Amino acid sequence: MPTLRLLNVTKRFGEIKALDDLTFEVKNREYLCVLGSTGSGKTTLLRCIAGIVKPDEGDVYMDDEKSNLIPAEERNAVYVPQTYALFPHMNVLENVMFGPLAKETKRSTAEETAMRVLKLVRLDKRADAFPSELSGGMQQRVALARGLASGAKLLLLDEPLGALDVRLRLELRSELRKLAKESGLTVIHVTHDQEEAMTIGDRILVLREGQLQQHGTPYHVYNRPEKIFVANFVGNTNFLEAIVDHRNKEGGVVRLRDELKVKVLDSSFEPEEAVIVAVREEKTKVTPEPRVDQPNRLSGEVVEVHFLGSFIRYTVRLTNGDRLAARLPVHEEEMGIKQGDWVSVNFDPSDSHLYEYPPLGLQRELEAS
Amino acid sequence: MVNGVRVAIATTFDKLSSRSSIKKLVYVGAIVFLVAFILLPPMLGISFKLDLAQQVLSNPDLLKRAESAIFWSFTIALSVAAFDLIAGLPLAWYIARGRSRWISVIDGLADIPFVIPTVALGYSMLLFWGSTGPVSVLGFSILPGLILVLLLHFAFSFPVVVRVMVGELLTHSVIYETAAKTLGAHPFTIARTVTLPLLRPGLIAAFLLAFARSLSETGATVIVAGVFENGPVFIKNANDAGLQGPMVLVSFTLILSSVAVFAFIRLLGNRLKIPINRVYPGPEARLSSKGSVDLRNGLTFLIFGFFVLIPSIYITFPAMTALTDGTLQKALSGVGVWASFWQAMALSYSIGIIATLINIAAGLPVAILIARKKIGKIGTTLLDAACTVPIVVPSVALGVSLGFFWHSIGFLPEFWILVFAHMTITYTYFVQAMAAAIEGIPTEMEETARTLGSRPLHVFRKIIIPLTKYSFLSGAILTFTRSINETGAATAVSQNLKTAPVLLVSWVKHQVPVTTSDIALGIAFLVLTSFVSLLVLRLIIYRRKT
Repeated sequence: MPTLRLLNVTKRFGEIKALDDLTFEVKNREYLCVLGSTGSGKTTLLRCIAGIVKPDEGDVYMDDEKSNLIPAEERNAVYVPQTYALFPHMNVLENVMFGPLAKETKRSTAEETAMRVLKLVRLDKRADAFPSELSGGMQQRVALARGLASGAKLLLLDEPLGALDVRLRLELRSELRKLAKESGLTVIHVTHDQEEAMTIGDRILVLREGQLQQHGTPYHVYNRPEKIFVANFVGNTNFLEAIVDHRNKEGGVVRLRDELKVKVLDSSFEPEEAVIVAVREEKTKVTPEPRVDQPNRLSGEVVEVHFLGSFIRYTVRLTNGDRLAARLPVHEEEMGIKQGDWVSVNFDPSDSHLYEYPPLGLQRELEAS
Repeated sequence: MVNGVRVAIATTFDKLSSRSSIKKLVYVGAIVFLVAFILLPPMLGISFKLDLAQQVLSNPDLLKRAESAIFWSFTIALSVAAFDLIAGLPLAWYIARGRSRWISVIDGLADIPFVIPTVALGYSMLLFWGSTGPVSVLGFSILPGLILVLLLHFAFSFPVVVRVMVGELLTHSVIYETAAKTLGAHPFTIARTVTLPLLRPGLIAAFLLAFARSLSETGATVIVAGVFENGPVFIKNANDAGLQGPMVLVSFTLILSSVAVFAFIRLLGNRLKIPINRVYPGPEARLSSKGSVDLRNGLTFLIFGFFVLIPSIYITFPAMTALTDGTLQKALSGVGVWASFWQAMALSYSIGIIATLINIAAGLPVAILIARKKIGKIGTTLLDAACTVPIVVPSVALGVSLGFFWHSIGFLPEFWILVFAHMTITYTYFVQAMAAAIEGIPTEMEETARTLGSRPLHVFRKIIIPLTKYSFLSGAILTFTRSINETGAATAVSQNLKTAPVLLVSWVKHQVPVTTSDIALGIAFLVLTSFVSLLVLRLIIYRRKT
């Protein structure tokens, strides 16, 4: 199986469009991470693909076969909700055998399959345990084993690591991907954790209010965010409102408030056009320096200093009132920058991205929903 | 071989259940059943005979009696429900929040009047408060009439309120109360400003249940009413006297007004605000003191013991006498009146079993429709309300209407008319129990099972039923016991056949030559059914907890 293709899929719940004209493709054996905040339509997307809800418009194709009318039980696409939905009245083995038995497999064969996949997830010794006797991580593995045993080639995982504690989540990330790859599965993994998506996904699809924002490799999505929303949602980014001042061969210069000038690489905008300049926090640098404003070298006062373990995050208020944040590796802390110090902030023009000024303003655009 | 056939049949049905046309057929079938057998007959039955009500309108005396009966029905039901809340809430609180090791005993005792059939309760009360009863030692007794009716209704609806409120209190986390305590509030202030407002939906539900039970009760009320008449007693008397006109008028009025009052309380209850803005630290601190709490608990136990528990179980004494004075032998040999008693018991049981089975089959799809809101929000609310109608409307009034309807179908044997009437009266219980249980199963569980390749009926057999089996059983037992104990509707519907409670009422009213021992023993046999049911229910709940 399956190349999965969605064509103009829309799903409404009353007035709300949970999915809005979605079109994309997932290749065979690909691990796709769907990234979006609460209410972005991630779960509805999985349920549409699984056949639990029917799209109001558009089609879902599996291996070029239109599957809108195929009931969930015949799609071979297993949905694993965040709570895992392990059947509490069945033990681990019975849970894992459920799929094969539902598909009329002989009991002995079903048991064999179940034991094989339980071995794969290293739970064969807990076959007699009931779900309530297992830890969160084990439950998650049973849910995966159950999906594998059912013979499905498409796994639809809804925040599969969401209910686990941070440490276990990190451990299971690579395990999950390894298992999927070894078993030759196509996976759609929904999450709101950008780091998780980056680590596991072959590709990432970013959703916002049911609309596709960007679809590409983690590298591409991180380094070339196509929309302000993506730049904000994936990674930590500074946004500055600006007007294009002029363009030249090397790029362009934009004006911030109070006529502060900033060099950028992008020269696709016309002079006097309103734009948003985006720079990653880790690409922003601060150096202790007295107050002086030059292009790409902006003076500001440090208003917040946060220690983040391996990084220190400085928030700087520029002379025009705009705020920028910079993340510096901890060893640079020796610079001894403190709250209230004056610093100069700068970044490489090639690290900046320019976006068209959003019609509803920057703030609305940044609201994750 | 047999197993193979069974599997083949199950697989065939599982496959059929994937077809949306079959699913629709099952749901539509269940709704058609609800409309055709539960809702329409009582509506149509009474409307066939509405012109008979003219007889009463032209007879001022009869009209006055009918008006007074309806007035007293509602007055008793409303005041009893209010008293129940006032007296029942402290007991529920004690059971749910107390720390005494006697709590489980008190919890069990609070259930006793609930499982005693009301006919037995009525007779027990008649003897307890009567001139030869234990209270006569104190120099007074209460003769059949309004006061005894009030005491009876208070006693049988009290456990309903306690049960509902204990459940409500247990479902609400004590975290809010703890938070309020750490903010410096006294327990009484917390109860008034935090817990009670949270319990409001439960309070309304408890009030309505007590109200409906009081409005509907017939068998026991007839026993203790004497010459006093409320709605159901009036209908029973009119039925005995063969006066169809008054029956029609009072039944029709009771059906309409009970639905209206129910809807009104529901709506009004939601607007009811428990005042929480002001706090009275001084008085509320005093009310929270150990002395006040002990006094309140003492009063609560006194009311429960003297007005509910002891009068309810007083029947045990004459029943014990019956075991030794030869009545038991007479009963077991089935001579004289006992022949008809055992026939009535067999009839009650057969009707109970058939009505329960039909209600399970027809109620399950409706329970799913309600629990999974498959027909939209408004549709679900309407369906839910439609299923509640049989317990809102006084059963005797329902019985009158059902009698007219089913008797109008000439070829229908009386046995089946009784089955249909019991089916209507008990329809709500199974549907409500199952709807609540199914609602408790996360939808994701079903959806995941479907994506694992399980067909809808397979999901139902392997996931839903095993996970709801306790509610399934308790819903079925509740339906069965309610059917066995039903008096009002059976009285109104039956012409020749008599179910056990109807027969026992005629014994108590001495329409048949029987002794007190006969009556007590007959009632004891009926009580036994309820106790066995309770025992089974308790065992089920116990197994579930372990």
